Amino acid sequence: MTADPGGVAELKFRDPGRARELTMALARLAESRERAPVTLMHVCGTHEQAIARFGLRSSLPPGLRVIMGPGCPVCVTDFGEVDEGVALALQGVRIATYGDMVKLPGSSKSLADAQTEGARVEVVYSATQAVELARATEEPVVFFASGFETTAVTTAAILLAGPPANFSVLSAHKYVPPAMEAVAGLPDTRVDGFLAAGHAAVITGYGLFEDFARRHRTPVVVAGFEPLDILAGLVKLLEMIRDREYGVANGYPRCVTRAGNLRAQESLWKVFEAADGPWRGIGVIPDGNLQLRKEWAALDARRRFRIDVSGLQQTERSELSRRCLCGKIMVGLVEPTQCPLFGRECVPDSPVGACMVSSEGTCKIWYQYGGRPDLGGTP
Amino acid sequence: MSKLGDTVVQKHGAGGPAMRALIESVFVAGLGPAGAGLAAMDDGAVIPVGDRFLVLTTDSYVIKPLFFPGGDIGRLAICGTINDLAMMGATLPLGLTCAVIIEAGFAIAELERIRDSMRAACAEAGATIVTGDTKVMGKGELDGIVINTAGVAFASRVVRDSGLRCGDRIIVTGSVGDHGFAVMAARHKLQLQGALASDVAPLNGLVRAALAAGGDCISAMKDPTRGGLASALHEMAGKGQVGIVLDEACVPVRPEVRAASELLGIDPLHVANEGKAVIGVRAEAADRVLQALRAHALGRDAAIIGTCVAERPGSVILDTGFGRRLLAEPEGELLPRIC
Repeated sequence: MTADPGGVAELKFRDPGRARELTMALARLAESRERAPVTLMHVCGTHEQAIARFGLRSSLPPGLRVIMGPGCPVCVTDFGEVDEGVALALQGVRIATYGDMVKLPGSSKSLADAQTEGARVEVVYSATQAVELARATEEPVVFFASGFETTAVTTAAILLAGPPANFSVLSAHKYVPPAMEAVAGLPDTRVDGFLAAGHAAVITGYGLFEDFARRHRTPVVVAGFEPLDILAGLVKLLEMIRDREYGVANGYPRCVTRAGNLRAQESLWKVFEAADGPWRGIGVIPDGNLQLRKEWAALDARRRFRIDVSGLQQTERSELSRRCLCGKIMVGLVEPTQCPLFGRECVPDSPVGACMVSSEGTCKIWYQYGGRPDLGGTP
Repeated sequence: MSKLGDTVVQKHGAGGPAMRALIESVFVAGLGPAGAGLAAMDDGAVIPVGDRFLVLTTDSYVIKPLFFPGGDIGRLAICGTINDLAMMGATLPLGLTCAVIIEAGFAIAELERIRDSMRAACAEAGATIVTGDTKVMGKGELDGIVINTAGVAFASRVVRDSGLRCGDRIIVTGSVGDHGFAVMAARHKLQLQGALASDVAPLNGLVRAALAAGGDCISAMKDPTRGGLASALHEMAGKGQVGIVLDEACVPVRPEVRAASELLGIDPLHVANEGKAVIGVRAEAADRVLQALRAHALGRDAAIIGTCVAERPGSVILDTGFGRRLLAEPEGELLPRIC
């Protein structure tokens, strides 16, 4: 990228002429299907950003639906996990976390609420920055870490590098492949193909999805994030569905290999292990959480502190949050515009649900890009 | 969205829906009387004098930092008022006023620098400051300096920001996003490559050229300042009750602005300009007006960027080249994504 600021790379992946060829191919493939509509799911906020930003849905044929699944790590961070962070913060422990986590509602309070009550919550832009914060002080600093396996690797790296003794991690890291299993197995969701996130596959490798695709008889295409990457990925998925080819295709070969980044995988699993855990709005995902291994107990905030969340839990959810459809939106059952709160009671300034909090949340993205990404018939 | 809350917050000044709600519910409703010009919420007031119209406008200027690549608060204070007059069709300013409130401790050398750039901007615009006022407040009672300018000028035909009709073409007089990104980079000390510089400039000469070429075919004008092109188009679409289809590929954006916008995650259509105008023109005159603009030094990159339609009145439909979506109006302060 640095060698070519806005030049050839942009022309190559943002060429409207080639996009038209791809959308025509999509229309032909969708038309030739006997069973319509076909539903394709992606599981990544960055894919949704690109789809909404470029208005791609308005160019899709009527028989093709592209929906976002559980692709926003902040959105699926469970109430209980937020409560742990808030409880620690209210106990006086300094918390370092990513910006999107601050406004995320817990059972009764967010970290932002804790802040107004005097708790110290600092926004960091990287795991390294959280360690720097700990190095600059004697008192305990807890890094409330969120993100999928891509981000978890950076948390693993700082632990392997030997952080100071006053540093520990409260992990809310999540692992995407088990969530894809869960969504593929949901009775109400009929997903005909998955568009997998290119940057996650850089680490995990596309080979990871081969078994999944076979077992669920659902093709998977790994795709990048430029509009042409996405359109080409959708074309490939429709071709694989037509040919009953239940395997994995690599649509992002300029970055992704079959094996992935072995060193990163080694770091990830040296520090973390997969464990069953609740995902907000979805339920318990077997092996969906990444928790610190026992060997890292000294750096695990859950083992180091007594975290008392009892004061934060509410038996009654507010009337507003009961009407929130985030859970259904996150598994692709409904679209943001079908939620009665979207753009009315629920806006980025005062979000009701998690999907309106994070820049990777479906609702926030739709709101940011005009709220209606499907202007098919407009002249 | 229209609920105001108990206190004024930052977004009430950001140029978007929250600011319009504040002005409408506190000032327009409370200050009337109807017909005085406030209710139109245009760039300035229009007072009939004989068969002509006296256009009057006022604006206060605060900006951080005071000095930024391409300009400073002094140049901004002159150009902003000249441009508000010009957007109403009043391009020959009779005189400007200038009121300055300064924080004790402000360096005289900086004040002189600001004065010099006000003088230079006046010379470019063919305007003079005819009266003024100076106040000093205690240290900490305001942040550095606040400048207010007002201007008066005659217009033989007033151009409103509400005059768009179906079929009209939308012209922007040059690249968008230059001012917003230059100030943002300076404010947050972002180490960005390329020569980001504010476009702050007096547009009365350029607008005069457009009016001479387009005459009655110029249907609406607005300068896309706070809230950027997106806010200006929303306001024009709303007041004119038309939809605007914006062709993104036609909107001029300089490569350094494009790069900064991709990096920071901020849309160039959402950030302020201080030297650009959005002009609505009847279709038959669009090319003529475009040629006149391009012949002027400040309009070389002018482009036809959109068309007014009957569908979705009040909305801006963005054609990205890959598909279409509604363009959202920015709300609140735009913060760069630093990661």
